[in-house]
Amino acid sequence: MENKFKFPSEEWIRAFKEELNKNKAYEEAAKDWEGDFLFIATPDEGLEKESIFYVDLWHGKCRDAYMVPSREAKTTEFIYEGPYSNWKKLIAGEIDPIRGLLTRKFKVTGSMMKIMRYTKAASELVKTASKVPTEFV
Amino acid sequence: MWEFTTPRTIVTGEDSLEYLKVVEGKRALIVTDRVIHELGFVEKVAKYLKEAGMDVKVFDEVEPDPSIETVMKGAGVAKEYGPDWFVALGGGSCQDAAKAIWVLYERPDIEVGEISPLINLGLRKKARLISIPTTSGTGSEVTWAVVITDAKERRKMELASKETTADISILNPGFAFSMPPSLTADTGIDALTHAIEAYVSQWRNDFSDALAIKAIEIVFGYLPKSYRKPEDKEAREKMHYAATMAGLAFSNSQIGIAHAMGHSLGALFNIPHGRTVAVVLPYTIKYSAREAMGRYADIARVIGIKSESDQKAVDELIVAVRGLLQEVDEPRSIADIGISWENYRNELDGLVQRAMESTATIANPRVPTVEEYRKLFIYAFKGEEVDF
Repeated sequence: MENKFKFPSEEWIRAFKEELNKNKAYEEAAKDWEGDFLFIATPDEGLEKESIFYVDLWHGKCRDAYMVPSREAKTTEFIYEGPYSNWKKLIAGEIDPIRGLLTRKFKVTGSMMKIMRYTKAASELVKTASKVPTEFV
Repeated sequence: MWEFTTPRTIVTGEDSLEYLKVVEGKRALIVTDRVIHELGFVEKVAKYLKEAGMDVKVFDEVEPDPSIETVMKGAGVAKEYGPDWFVALGGGSCQDAAKAIWVLYERPDIEVGEISPLINLGLRKKARLISIPTTSGTGSEVTWAVVITDAKERRKMELASKETTADISILNPGFAFSMPPSLTADTGIDALTHAIEAYVSQWRNDFSDALAIKAIEIVFGYLPKSYRKPEDKEAREKMHYAATMAGLAFSNSQIGIAHAMGHSLGALFNIPHGRTVAVVLPYTIKYSAREAMGRYADIARVIGIKSESDQKAVDELIVAVRGLLQEVDEPRSIADIGISWENYRNELDGLVQRAMESTATIANPRVPTVEEYRKLFIYAFKGEEVDF
């Protein structure tokens, strides 16, 4: 039986990092990208408190990824956040990450100029998340 | 959830400019170019604005593929003048420049490159926008796309904000008569490409489909006529409206890789936009059809192709598109435009990178890898059949 990782959890984000670093399509789409993120799931539908991942993306690779206890724990170039219920849909492939932003299911802070040049990389990031065997809380 | 965004009012008809007489306002800044000004179109528009009681000023320095510098200059003029209406009068370049100038006028705190659908610009505190296209066309008169060229980086910035959708679009087909044949062809094929890409996009919906299909039908029927007989009133009018329909379609769906490639080509080789998408269109259809055979087959049937299978229908669609391009004297390959292979090869990495970074790439029915984009650019240069 396939080992599933609970989302959100430290194990999940480590599995995501491993998966992302195998993704050639992501690597080529993000080959010039330099920038780190907080990915934040805000509480709803079974998630009782905010869950925050720190993800360091550099030239097509994920250098580091782990959970942090609060938004203040790390200052990052970007923050991508949305309710837990939308994260579930994103990982299940039911929401496109860019359409998700356009329809306000997710919010991003940081340089819009920069992020809109890497929409393919964003798509690959989400596809990677969908590859991690996931169990939701 | 998805949103369908459109101007509040779209006015059509050869007397549509008269609508301006009832627009309430104090000061209108017409954003245009010198050619349009010299053709006398500014005076036609200004006359009605003055009848409405407005003072009118003209900024006619927009160039093809407007630059950041031009936008900032226009914003400076707007800041001095204080308009409560911007009037975009011209082709896509004037339309996009007007939108960007308007944004900087209301938001002097941001840079042009920050215009994004992800931030709240808070427009309409100082002014609103009337769009009057003179080409048939980019559809910019009804879209929320704002394409501005970063000359330093040699890149077309694909900016966008729903707030920049015009309040009023006035489609006066009389303006289209001024287009010389090459402009008629380039802008007409741009409209076709918008419609085709909107129809096959991963972001398509029933609303965009309806507009896209109608626009495709009209372009195939009337572009050759408006190209061969520029004085054909019916053809000019049909094309003028079809371009707007195609604009509404793609603005509420998405463009695809013909535009991603076209923007790259335009940025690096200064080729008119319509010609860039025209030359790559058949290659991108062949490439994309593997993932959207049924959609392309629908298009084939709408233009009268009868085939036993979707594959055959798509093959014949590509023949029909090539035929249309030939009828309006569009180049068959990028080499035919007059670019040397040496120059092209030197810019290939830049072409591919820009196309990969285009927001048009991700919604295409089939999303190219770097290697596939490279091959597409090479095949389109050499005029070779796409076989991957």
